[in-house]
Amino acid sequence: MIKQPDAKTPLLALGAITKSYPGCLANDHVDFAISRGEIHALLGENGAGKSTLVKIIYGILRADSGNIRWCGEPVTIDSPSTARRLGIAMVFQHFSLFESLTVVENIALGMDSPGNMESLKARIREVSTSYGLLLDPDRHVHSLSVGERQRIEIIRCLLQQPKLLIMDEPTSVLTPQEIEQLFATLRRLAAQGMSILYISHKLDEIRTLCHQATILRNGRVVADTDPTTHTARSLAAIMMGEELELPSRPPLTQSDSPPRLVVNDLSLRALDEFGVDLKNISFTVGRGEILGIAGVAGNGQIELTNALAGERRCQQADTIVIDQVACGHRGPEFRRELGLGSIPEERFGHGAIADLSLAENAYLTAHHRMGLTRYGLIRRRLRNAFSNRVIDQFRVKAGGHQSTASSLSGGNLQKFIVGREICQRHGVLVVCQPTWGVDAGAATAIQQALVEMAEAGAAVLVISQDLDELMLICNRIAAICAGRLSDVLPVATTSVEQIGLLMAGADMEMDRAEA
Amino acid sequence: MLRLEARAEPSRAMIYLSPVFALGLTLVAGVVLFEIMGVPAGDALYAFFIEPLSSLYGLTELGVKATPLILIGVALAIGFRANVWNIGAEGQLTLGAIFGGGVGLLLYDVDSKWVLPAMLLAAMLGGMLWAAIPAFLRTRFNTSEILVSLMLTYVATLLLSYLVHGPWRDPDGFNFPESRMFHDAASLPIIFPDSRLHIGFALALFVVVAAWFVISRTLIGFQIQVIGRAPRAGAYAGFSHKKLIWMTLLFAGAAAGLAGVIEVSGPIGQLLPSISPGYGFTAIIVAFVGRLHPVGVLLASLLMALSYLGGENAQISLNLPLAVTGVFQGLLLFMLLACDVLIRYRIRIGPIVSKIDAGNTA
Amino acid sequence: MNFDLYLPTLLTIITAATPLVFAAMGELVTEKSGVLNLGVEGMMLTGAVTGFAAVVVTDSAILGCLAAMAAGMLTALIFAFLVLGLQASQVATGLALTLFGIGLSALLGQDMVGIAYAGLPKLQLPIVSDLPVLGPLLFHHDALVYLSFVLPAAVAWFLYRTRAGLILRAVGDSHDAAHAIGYPVIAIRYMATLFGGAMSGLAGAYLSLSYSTMWVENMSAGRGWIALALVVFATWRPWRVMFGAYLFGGITILQLYAQAFGIAVPSQFMTMLPYLATIVVLVVISRDESRIRQNAPACIGKPFHPSA
Repeated sequence: MIKQPDAKTPLLALGAITKSYPGCLANDHVDFAISRGEIHALLGENGAGKSTLVKIIYGILRADSGNIRWCGEPVTIDSPSTARRLGIAMVFQHFSLFESLTVVENIALGMDSPGNMESLKARIREVSTSYGLLLDPDRHVHSLSVGERQRIEIIRCLLQQPKLLIMDEPTSVLTPQEIEQLFATLRRLAAQGMSILYISHKLDEIRTLCHQATILRNGRVVADTDPTTHTARSLAAIMMGEELELPSRPPLTQSDSPPRLVVNDLSLRALDEFGVDLKNISFTVGRGEILGIAGVAGNGQIELTNALAGERRCQQADTIVIDQVACGHRGPEFRRELGLGSIPEERFGHGAIADLSLAENAYLTAHHRMGLTRYGLIRRRLRNAFSNRVIDQFRVKAGGHQSTASSLSGGNLQKFIVGREICQRHGVLVVCQPTWGVDAGAATAIQQALVEMAEAGAAVLVISQDLDELMLICNRIAAICAGRLSDVLPVATTSVEQIGLLMAGADMEMDRAEA
Repeated sequence: MLRLEARAEPSRAMIYLSPVFALGLTLVAGVVLFEIMGVPAGDALYAFFIEPLSSLYGLTELGVKATPLILIGVALAIGFRANVWNIGAEGQLTLGAIFGGGVGLLLYDVDSKWVLPAMLLAAMLGGMLWAAIPAFLRTRFNTSEILVSLMLTYVATLLLSYLVHGPWRDPDGFNFPESRMFHDAASLPIIFPDSRLHIGFALALFVVVAAWFVISRTLIGFQIQVIGRAPRAGAYAGFSHKKLIWMTLLFAGAAAGLAGVIEVSGPIGQLLPSISPGYGFTAIIVAFVGRLHPVGVLLASLLMALSYLGGENAQISLNLPLAVTGVFQGLLLFMLLACDVLIRYRIRIGPIVSKIDAGNTA
Repeated sequence: MNFDLYLPTLLTIITAATPLVFAAMGELVTEKSGVLNLGVEGMMLTGAVTGFAAVVVTDSAILGCLAAMAAGMLTALIFAFLVLGLQASQVATGLALTLFGIGLSALLGQDMVGIAYAGLPKLQLPIVSDLPVLGPLLFHHDALVYLSFVLPAAVAWFLYRTRAGLILRAVGDSHDAAHAIGYPVIAIRYMATLFGGAMSGLAGAYLSLSYSTMWVENMSAGRGWIALALVVFATWRPWRVMFGAYLFGGITILQLYAQAFGIAVPSQFMTMLPYLATIVVLVVISRDESRIRQNAPACIGKPFHPSA
């Protein structure tokens, strides 16, 4: 239903927007409206249809049917440049940035008439100082942090003086303190009359920031409501259509047994300037324990996971010790024999192969440990049985062991990958972003499985940028920033703000100040 | 207006149907080509694709021409699966001919049943040596194996040219750039009477079966699949990319070297400046048309062998230039690559312009 | 130092380098947009034979060059349609283009083997052609050589000084980002690929109309592949491509002068030099993996699925 405000027409109103893909109805008669100066949330789970809707508004996709009104006038938005001409600007979740180009070149590319480069640089400096978004126009993007990259996108939008600013999951890459800063900027913009469409699945943020929320589920609008009148729990119930039982961290058992995973002074140079150097990382994970490593994406999480898995080796054997065997110089197969399982962040092309079957994907890491190979030959019956076991035990929705990995939804594939490692009964598990881009149901199942694995005596290391997740299931927590690891703190006595400071590298600042 | 619509999953049927469609389209293009050249298309197609197969001798010749294509095609297919782009098989073939033929000339006065095996072995070593260069440079210095293997093809051809013009020239050969003819001990046994079909063909069939077994049943075959599709997943599993680059290139070198010596000790019988009508390059087409599958390669090799035979036949009977063969082969690969779009998309007739379609008309 | 003694050598370097400059500069633009076209050799041969045929028929050098460019663009269009329209593998399609070009040019050129052509007319420029030393060296050439002198500057200016060039580089750096902002990735890549085809065609025309002044089957003899290597060697910078092309021109003519200086090396070994030099140069440049990765267009060779 389009609301008809008495005083003024909404800035943007969508009527009955429908968009379908083969085998999937992404938007089903979606209506909503946003007024001037309003911060309006678009809330929904992964796959609820938020991104599709936003792409339609910004002219990247075209709706199959439905209408769009801008200031009350019917419009057709057939390309992003049409959208920009109307006064719509967008900050993408996955930034639309060009690594090899400079900040000013990137900004010029996002504008329809940027004028000459020197005057553009001057305008960038002006906007960046007036909104407290510090940025040097001549830097190359690959040398910038994730937070700085987001500033490019925001400045690019602000330079066009838009009437509507769309922000797609902007906080997933920020520290808690950076989030506060961003919110202050957004509130200021809204107060000046700009409308902001804020897309998120984080309920607390929406409750503190937004005036109005439209909630999507399976492509349909299920509620249009004032979020401040709800609790996070009731919003979650609307968003998911059911209440979820959240897992809780494993009980901390006092044991005298030596730690199962020891990392001693791990340092690794990045392969190129787009990567992060790991610097003097040390920690231990004990039996029955979950250790969490928080951090903003791009601070060395991928490099650390690769180093622990053995994809990149260390100079010295005793840099990494698994169940008292030094194996820093050995590769993934040797470490897997010792009982270290690992799950990389990227599902397709790293943790699994899209166009291979689930059986083959199970064989990928289990071929030796589960005895699926003899005399160099594949034991197909055992391989299929093993993958069926993973599918059954972890309730993976799939046609069977012969279906390809690409036919599974993100959440189901992640359950399969996690299940594949857990079914191998590893003593140590290293997992990077276990629930990234996964629907809430699957996320809860995965978190529960990790907790149960720890309770069964394994040492689990969870590297995640989802701080809520880490606070929920970990016993101890540390933060990684620019390839350095902070001190490890017990979760029970640590606040989100403390971790936020560590994620921003605050302890290193202090170290430097003391030195 | 035609438009493309993505399939939810790649079509298995289209993987196998696409080469058939491609062949059909190539024949259609061939008819057009012949009409442009002023040759009755019916006569030309008959001369190209039917006449060579109408005699027993023609069928054995098909085997002779297909042998090097099968050997190299199978090896290249395995390499392409692992994303190792060895396009210098022609050079490895030439080195095989030089090494194998060299042993044959060295043992010119020896009449022993060990001469031929020694030649085959030397040829494989020669091909492997030539393939080891791109393997070493790729694994050690990250140098593109595409360009290195191709450059080495030119070098190999020049090396052979030097040898037959110089040190290995037949002393009684009236100064022609040719080596002496190989003796019986250095020639491949014929397996079919009154033909040129030699034991190399049987060897090639064996390689097809062996390669199929390795690809589909072994851990090594699985590693090749994984590394080719997703190198990072291979690293995660602990498979050595470098080892696979070495293995696939050395195997291709050995197979191409074998093909080289088989040509010179079989149908040709001596070393010449030019010993191959481009088998090493045609094998690239063979590998793709054969879907990188050994059995597919076997079928595609027979098809390409037919195009060589047909080209020669059409030259004699219709005075068509030999170059038509090359155009046919190139067209077939183009058509195949075009038809492969059907594996991931289906063609719809409708007014809505999808994104991919908009690109085509741009 | 007697300049006249060295003049022929230096002139030969220029003529050997010119086709490489054209082909490599075209491929550079294509690759900067994120498309790897391995079919340079095939496009060159098609251009060479078409240009030669056009000159034989019309007796017009200009029409010959235009025909060669059109032929190069036509073959590039086939490649672009397969790769950009139908999402075929760039490596496989490029190889197909080369194999097809070799066959097609041989077929088209069979009636032209043995025909001789006087060569493109040399253009004398006012004033500069009369300069001592520089005049005979740089300003007694045909139009294509002059064009090859200015081409790197034009390409460098386009890529780094114009908005269109910025957009082209952006498309090669991240097609997803360019698409999200609203640039027509596919259309831009079509244009870049066609430019590459035109330049390869022109390189071919130079070979058949100026360098050899006749058509010989497979006459490019791997120069298309050397041009591809040059782009890597130059780490995708226009002026370094020019430098690399002249370096190779120098190596190519060594074989012609080795005998003159009484070096008794079989001619085949001298002919191998450019190919071996290509390998050496590639090894030297690609040793530093991070340098290649920083300079190479990030999306090179990757297919673009607009829906993703």
